[in-house]
Amino acid sequence: MTDDATSLLPSDEPIQYLAPDGSVVADFDHLGLTPDDLVGMYRDIVRTRTLDTLAISLQRQGQLGVWASARGQEGAQVGIAWAMGLRDWAFPSYREHGITTVRGVPFAALLKQYKGTWMGLYDPHEHQVAPHSIPIATHLLHAVGYAKAAALSGDDLVTLAFIGNGGTSEGDFHEALNYAAVWNAPTVFVIQNNQYAISETNEHQCVAPSLAHKGIGYGVRSFSVDGNDVVASFAVASEAIESARAGEGPALIEAHTYRMQPHTTADDDTRYRPPEELAEWLERCPLDRIELYLRSQGLADDTLCDEIRAEAQAEAAEVRAEVLAAGPEPIEALFDNVYVEPPASLLEQRAAVLERLQEVHA
Amino acid sequence: MSPSPPVTDRSYTLAEALNAALHDAMAEDDRVVVFGEDVATLGGVFRITDDLQRKYGDDRVFDTPLAESGIVGTAIGMAMYGLRPVVEIQFDGFMYPALDQMISHMAKLRNRTAGAITLPMVVRVPYGGGIGAVEHHSESPEAYLAHTAGLKVVTPGTPEDAYSLLLESIRHDDPICFLEPKRRYYERTQGALPVTTDPIGRAAVRSTGETATIVTYGPMVPTAMKAAEGARDEGWSLEVVDLRSLQPLDYDTVVASVEKTGRAIVVHEAPMSFGAGAEIAARIQERAFYALEAPVLRVTGYDTPYPPSLLEEEYLPSPDRILDAVDEALGY
Repeated sequence: MTDDATSLLPSDEPIQYLAPDGSVVADFDHLGLTPDDLVGMYRDIVRTRTLDTLAISLQRQGQLGVWASARGQEGAQVGIAWAMGLRDWAFPSYREHGITTVRGVPFAALLKQYKGTWMGLYDPHEHQVAPHSIPIATHLLHAVGYAKAAALSGDDLVTLAFIGNGGTSEGDFHEALNYAAVWNAPTVFVIQNNQYAISETNEHQCVAPSLAHKGIGYGVRSFSVDGNDVVASFAVASEAIESARAGEGPALIEAHTYRMQPHTTADDDTRYRPPEELAEWLERCPLDRIELYLRSQGLADDTLCDEIRAEAQAEAAEVRAEVLAAGPEPIEALFDNVYVEPPASLLEQRAAVLERLQEVHA
Repeated sequence: MSPSPPVTDRSYTLAEALNAALHDAMAEDDRVVVFGEDVATLGGVFRITDDLQRKYGDDRVFDTPLAESGIVGTAIGMAMYGLRPVVEIQFDGFMYPALDQMISHMAKLRNRTAGAITLPMVVRVPYGGGIGAVEHHSESPEAYLAHTAGLKVVTPGTPEDAYSLLLESIRHDDPICFLEPKRRYYERTQGALPVTTDPIGRAAVRSTGETATIVTYGPMVPTAMKAAEGARDEGWSLEVVDLRSLQPLDYDTVVASVEKTGRAIVVHEAPMSFGAGAEIAARIQERAFYALEAPVLRVTGYDTPYPPSLLEEEYLPSPDRILDAVDEALGY
């Protein structure tokens, strides 16, 4: 049990360094971010926005079954991903396209999942990104177990576990926070509070003062941050990650942000979202904010911004071509990795399918 | 550390065999970690993890919060890292909060990642009735698990198998649900440990006979053996096939036996409808239709929630009920 309970509580207001108009609210020299870093974050936000927009188009063109857009949440995601060490692991939910993009997971691999070629076509160990989890909050426990295993093995990596505001109602969210706290596991939990869980607002989920306040019940230090401020997201995540790495235990971050698109392309947000609310949040767009900041500081101009956008478009064109060309895995792939050592009954089914297809083709 | 020989008196119980397997697995592989509720200081409510923490330390043997989804969920993360977790669910009836982790992740992660992630982990679950327990302590959840692609389901019926199958399960690279017949924990056998029996996936013929084949597993193996003894008074000889694992399931041994006897009776504690018996009966009729002299019969628990303890004797399959089924099969 901890003595200093109030130190676990989040700040009254979300931590912020950049105002929506790009002006500096608080000095952040102490973060050691170079101009290249800041431009790099901007570039990753542009890339994520561009690739995410491509995905929406591909879904509308019938290429993807569905798409869950991260538009509006790129500031939190890119800032936090930039705070991660190379060996740290991310355990994403299904809307963390900014995280995966920064970590180098091929965007086409995500899109192919939604095209239906396979469930996950990248090696998690190559990018230190676990396969995204669709059952809400279940993967937080994997992040805690991974962190505990690393700590037991004398490995100083940190795991980051990503969840939305709706997910904080799931039992596994609470179990994961408690396990991490009791085990002092180096896990940083990130709630991206994008204000909605499909159609449900936070009032349907929680009456605590904030979602970050849920940490104190488990003895977990908690932070509240403006998730549309990439610099603040980076700053808070860096502090949480490095304190976890130093053995000071897990942390919980609530990043206040906004889902600018429907839950997925299958959702109709006009049934529940007031248009004036979206307009209000568009004024706080994370992409515009960092760009305005960079321009105001003379770190970016039209030429650089156009170049970055053009690069992202070129990347998107390559991804698009790869996704359009992608077909399903061969049918035997269905059977080949269910087990390391498959039972005979499964091998019989595999053989029967192949035989049937051979007959069909003959 | 050297393997522990907790059993020196040339006889041991099924519980002692499990404990010895855990000791030996931890001695041979540093990646093996054991955790769950009350497993460390107490050594488990059935003492299956007795003395492990003292011997292998807090880092490898530890108690968890009382949260089963957390036990299995964190074990998945540890297995992803490269450890080999062996976790205990204290009682069958408390496994259900972990089913989401077992079905959604433990079973699927290898498949989803096209083999990039394997989960070498074991979930130990004491299961079944017959111990006069209160509600939720006598469940037989094997069908849920065996129905889930990606899981393996292993269940010993003898002390020898308890040792050998648990050790093999811990060494195995697929995720395994290891179901322990808790009413048989204190059944004793003559012999010494370590012992190596047949590998996972091979059924054992415990008793040979000509009249009918009794197909069973786990806690019902001794019951079937008692029926086989009783059958002799009737002038019958029963062949008892102990499956030892439900996934994989050794249909070859089952079919070979039924082809010999012409009659098959599946025995399990779990309720009848949609249980393991239905699957086994279907396979027998697919593969040994012309050998059958009678329909495949089932002797099982009833399609009710598990009864209060004073009624469990009538709920659980007994040698008498098995012999009645043999008689019925002979009537065709």
